[in-house]
Amino acid sequence: MNRIVAKRALAPQITMFEIEAPRLARRWRPGQFLILRPTSDSERIPLTFVDGNAARGTITIAVQAIGATTTQLSRLEPGDSIADLVGPLGEAAVMPKDSRVVVLGGGVGVAELLPVARAYRQAGNHVTALCGARSDSYRILDDELKTAVDVLEWATDDGTFGFHGNVVQMLLAKYKPGDFSEGHVIGPIPMMKAAAEATREWGLHLHASLNPVMIDGTGMCGGCRVTVGGQVMFACVDGPEFDAHKTDFDELARRNRAYRSQEQESLERHTCRIGLGSTNAD
Amino acid sequence: MATVNPRPKPNPKLPRQALPLLEPEKRSRSFEEVALGFTEDQVKIEALRCLQCQKPTCIDACPLHIDIKRFILRLAEGDYQGAHDVISEQSPFPGVCGRVCQHELFCEDACIVAKKWDPVAIGSLERFAADHARLRKPELHSEVVSQPGGPKVALVGSGPASLIAAYDLIRKGYQVSVFEALHKLGGVLAYGIPNFRLPRTILHEEIARLQRLGVEFFTDFIVGKTATLDDLFEEGYQAIFIGTGAGLPFLMGIPGENLVGVYTANEYLTRINLMEAYKFPEADTPVRVGKITYVIGGGNSAMDAARWSKRFGSDTSIMFRRGRAELRARLEEIEHAEEEGVKFHFLAVPVALHGDEHGHLKEMECIEMELGEPDESGRPRPVPKPGSNFRTPVDTVVMAIGQAPNPTLQKAVPQLITKRGKIVVNEEGATNLPNVFAGGDVVRGGSTVILAMRDGRAAADAIDKVLRGEGQ
Repeated sequence: MNRIVAKRALAPQITMFEIEAPRLARRWRPGQFLILRPTSDSERIPLTFVDGNAARGTITIAVQAIGATTTQLSRLEPGDSIADLVGPLGEAAVMPKDSRVVVLGGGVGVAELLPVARAYRQAGNHVTALCGARSDSYRILDDELKTAVDVLEWATDDGTFGFHGNVVQMLLAKYKPGDFSEGHVIGPIPMMKAAAEATREWGLHLHASLNPVMIDGTGMCGGCRVTVGGQVMFACVDGPEFDAHKTDFDELARRNRAYRSQEQESLERHTCRIGLGSTNAD
Repeated sequence: MATVNPRPKPNPKLPRQALPLLEPEKRSRSFEEVALGFTEDQVKIEALRCLQCQKPTCIDACPLHIDIKRFILRLAEGDYQGAHDVISEQSPFPGVCGRVCQHELFCEDACIVAKKWDPVAIGSLERFAADHARLRKPELHSEVVSQPGGPKVALVGSGPASLIAAYDLIRKGYQVSVFEALHKLGGVLAYGIPNFRLPRTILHEEIARLQRLGVEFFTDFIVGKTATLDDLFEEGYQAIFIGTGAGLPFLMGIPGENLVGVYTANEYLTRINLMEAYKFPEADTPVRVGKITYVIGGGNSAMDAARWSKRFGSDTSIMFRRGRAELRARLEEIEHAEEEGVKFHFLAVPVALHGDEHGHLKEMECIEMELGEPDESGRPRPVPKPGSNFRTPVDTVVMAIGQAPNPTLQKAVPQLITKRGKIVVNEEGATNLPNVFAGGDVVRGGSTVILAMRDGRAAADAIDKVLRGEGQ
C-alpha cells in the first residue's frame, strides 16, 4: 500500500513522488488534495495532486521540505511506503469554458498548478501560465507546463531567467485588465494575496487554492476554517478553492503560523535524529 | 483461583461499592486512567447486591440486552471468565461500555434494588468482568478465527455503531468490511474520548477481537471520496451500513472565533486523543494550551476538553449559559472535572473574542444570562441580562457546543434523503436507497455511544433479513 514507485528532485528541497494508490488514481480530479503521514508518528498534512494515472494506478505529488513532516517525506525513497494516504479530498477546481484564463503559480505551487492548467486547456480555454521561482535553478516542471498550456512565462526573483521579479509584478507589467476573464492562483499566501489585490479591479474571477492547517480533511475538526466574503468556511470540504478577491489572506497567514514554535522544535528534533543538517543546507 | 460457590445469597442492603479513583492530585499532570476499577473484594459484595429478579428489568433497559442478571450471578460465584462469556453473547465491548456507557440512564436506572437502596453498580461490574478477562485470561485471545463465506457487507465508519454491527454480522456468517476515514479505528472512541477515560489498549484489544473473528478493516478510506456507494456495490457488497457519526462541529458565530487559540472541541480532542499531542514532541502533532483556558458548553465533550486542559497545567474554566442543573454531561464526568480543579462559570456566554496584533486570542467578552421559561429542550431558556457584559483574559477557548452529522458521504450521494444533514431512516435503520442502512449520530445528531450501538445492532438485524430475502 502507498508504495513509492518513483522519486524526482525538481529543485533544491522540492521533490516529486509517484505513489501507488489505485483508488485515488481513479477518483482524483484537478484541484483536489490528499492527506498523508509519512510515518506512523507524523502529523497529517494536506498536499495538492500534481497528477494521477488510473492505468498505472499511481498518483503524483510534489513536496517542499520546510517542516518536520515535509522533511520526513522528502527523505523517503522508491520502494518505501507512506504510512497513511487518504483522499481524494475537497472539491475539484471550477472549470470555466471558452475563456481566456491566467494561472499563477509560485514555488512548489507551480507543480500543483499543472493539473489545473492542463484541465483548463482541455476544457477549451486559452491558458496563460505565469510561474515564479527564486532563481533559474528553482524552476520546476518547465517541459510539462509547455505542453499543458498555450503561453508559459517565467519570473525569477533574481532575474536569472525570464522576467526579473515575482509573478504578480510580471502580470502587472505584461498584461492589463480585460486580457483574462478567469484565473487561478496557487502558492505562498503573500503571493496569492498580492495576486488578489492586483486584480481586484480587473473584472477577473480569480480562484485561489488555499492551504490551511488540516487534520482529518473531512469537515470533522474545523481546524482549516477560513473567512471568505465574511463567512466562515471549511477549506477541506467547502474548498480548497475559493474566490481570491473575497478571501481573508491575513487571517489565513496568522492561522498557518499558529504552531510555528512547535514546528521549529519538531524540525530540530528530526534534524538531529536523522542528521539532515548538512544535506538540507545546499 | 476463586472457588465456585453454587448459590450465593443476595444481600442488597450492603452498601453500593464506590469505584476507586486515582487521587485528584495525581491526575493533574498524568494521562493515566482516572477510574481504577473494582477490587475482587468489592466485586464479591456488589455482585451479591443483585436480587437475581424473576423479571430482570435491567436486561430490557440495556440497549444491547446483555444478560445482566446472569453475568452478575457468575461474578457472585467467582466465575469471572464465565461472566465475560455471558456478556460476549451480546457484546464484545465490555471494556469500552464498562467505561463509557451511561449505565445510570439504562440498566442501573431500571434496577429494582434502586426502589429501596442504591442500584447495583452494573457498569463497574461489567468493567471488572472485561478487565479480568483481558488481564488474566490470555486464552481469550485464542478465539476462533472464522472463515465467513456469506454475502459481503460494508460498514462505513469504525465507530460504535459499525463495530457492534460487525460483531453481529460476522457471527451470522457474513463477510464484513469496515471502512474508516482516519488512520486509526474506533471513530469517536479514538478521536473523541480521552485516554484517561478509555485507555487505548482496551479499545484496540476489543477491536482486535473482531479482527480475529474475521472482520476486515480498511483505514484511510473515505466512502464518498475514495470509493462511492456504487463502487462498493459493484465490488460485490450486497448491503451497506452508514455509521459516519456527527463530525461537523458547530461554531459560536461570534467575532474573533478564527483567532489563534480558538478551537472546536473536535479539533482540540482530535489533536490530543487521536494525534497524541500530549506526547509532543515525541508525537509530531502539537496543540496550543495556554495559561488560561475557557471551554464553552455543558456536555461530555466540554468536560473532556476541560479535563485535558487541566492536565496540560492550564487554569481551566467551563463556561455554560445555563446553570449546573442543566449540564448535559454525565454526573460522574462533572464530579471528576470538579475534583481535578476545573472551575465552572454558569449563566454566561461569550459574545466576542479579542486578539493581539498577531491574531492570538487575548481576551473574551461575555454577557451574563438568567434562566427564563423552558424552551424546546424542556430546559429553562437562558436570557441575556442587558448591560451585564464583562471581559476576562484568556488564551485558549474551546467551543464544545455540539455538532451536526458529517456531510462527506451525503454530499457524494445526493439521492440519499436527509433532514438537516441527518440521514433519514425507517424503524429498521433503512434509508431510501435499496440495501443502504444508517445509524448512530449520522441519523441522531449528537447522541451517545450506547444508542449508536443499539442502532448498529438493529441495522445488522435488518441487513440479515434483507439478504436472507425476507424483504425490506
